[in-house]
Amino acid sequence: MSSEKNLNLKLNVWRQKNAQSEGGFETYEAPGISTEMSFLEMLDVVNEDLITKGADPIAFDHDCREGICGACSMVIDGRPHGPKERTTACQLHMRSFNDGDTIAIEPWRAAAFPVQRDLIVDRAAFDRIIAAGGFISAPTGSAQDANSLPVSKQNADLAMDAAACIGCGACVAACPNASAMLFVSAKVSQLALLPQGQPERYIRVRDMVAQMDAEEFGTCTNHGECEAACPKGISVENIARMNRDYLKASLTYRPEATGGGAG
Amino acid sequence: MQTGAGFFGSSIGKKIVMAITGIMLIGFVVVHMIGNLQLYLPAHDGVYALDTYGEFLRTLLHGSGIWIARASLLAAAGLHVWAAVGLTLMNRAARPIGYQQQQYDASTFGSRWMRVSGVVVLAFIIFHLLHLTIGNILPGFEHGKVFHNVVTGFQVPWVSAFYIIAMVALSTHIHHGIWSMLQTLGLSHPRYNGLRNGLATLLTIVVIGGNISFPIAVLTGFVR
Repeated sequence: MSSEKNLNLKLNVWRQKNAQSEGGFETYEAPGISTEMSFLEMLDVVNEDLITKGADPIAFDHDCREGICGACSMVIDGRPHGPKERTTACQLHMRSFNDGDTIAIEPWRAAAFPVQRDLIVDRAAFDRIIAAGGFISAPTGSAQDANSLPVSKQNADLAMDAAACIGCGACVAACPNASAMLFVSAKVSQLALLPQGQPERYIRVRDMVAQMDAEEFGTCTNHGECEAACPKGISVENIARMNRDYLKASLTYRPEATGGGAG
Repeated sequence: MQTGAGFFGSSIGKKIVMAITGIMLIGFVVVHMIGNLQLYLPAHDGVYALDTYGEFLRTLLHGSGIWIARASLLAAAGLHVWAAVGLTLMNRAARPIGYQQQQYDASTFGSRWMRVSGVVVLAFIIFHLLHLTIGNILPGFEHGKVFHNVVTGFQVPWVSAFYIIAMVALSTHIHHGIWSMLQTLGLSHPRYNGLRNGLATLLTIVVIGGNISFPIAVLTGFVR
């Protein structure tokens, strides 16, 4: 039943000691790699060998290893998360490669994602964008009855599709402009499509876009590379929705009143 | 929360400026091409249709019409370039260290060469104005004799060659641009997303096909 094979591979990996140092590519042999391994398991094997030899293992981000946390982040042969569609690096299996391949492994490249070490980048810029408005302000206490807020099936589905974003940053890594608009638009859309998101809908899009610009991400030129690279298949339709909301927000924005309103 | 640099300082604000001025410029290109089709109309009493059309444009609204159009187009082109430069600088700064290897899966030739095609089109616009509006590129230019100036101009092979190259650049530019500006203005819906690409392709073929036919018609002697 098993079609397991062993591959002998060469890795061309970006190595960088810390955020300050200059990095460079190093070549490693990866012999006897099972096709049943995930890409990260392959790196584990290479690292075991490096540790045994007393060398520094290749540092990379990883956590759940089941494609839902968004931690793993590496550009494999010129594509974020590697050659397979809708797949994170941890879910990419070595059967996607051939014996004798040389595999290039690079970190996400963006000014907003500074390399910390080897393949690890600092993605706190995404956290700051969320902190700028990617939430709803709701009173605490027990949840209200689910049916008290009607949501159309279509909007519920679209909101869920947008909410599938795991914040891995592959969109930024794939974008020729290092733009974060797919990420930001998914986070704007998941709330803009639901009734709970309405009170802060327009202030949210303004604040999140302002934070996105402040983090020095690039801007969208509608290449569509982000959508192609996204492991969760987030659609660029979300970017159109964000643009629409941003335009409306800009036309209707009022600075907060200093005096009290009614009541 | 008090935010950011305002609409024109923001990434999406600049993109919207890009899109709206793009609509104005594409609108001009379409009308310009349709007007120039009069190159193919026969002369009446020795006066070419194209010359009559030129006279009509110059005297529209007692001569103010053409200046209103020129001012609007100059403003649109200026803002379009201003936004493009601003966005390009943001994009350059966003990836100071590039990849050793990058594979593209979705972008097109047109989308990746937008800046180059834009610069070619800008250079062409300047040349085109010097050639057929100001008239100091070629000897024998006569003000008001539009037909004569077009035909003698296109009879010079390098003028026609540059014109055709510029039209190829314009075609890749507006093909991506039309789709892109609809997306930027938020016009996206599964019901009409197919039409966005169709509209981009149709307008590109009509405009560029019409425009490229002029130098070819002159070079082949069909119009003389």
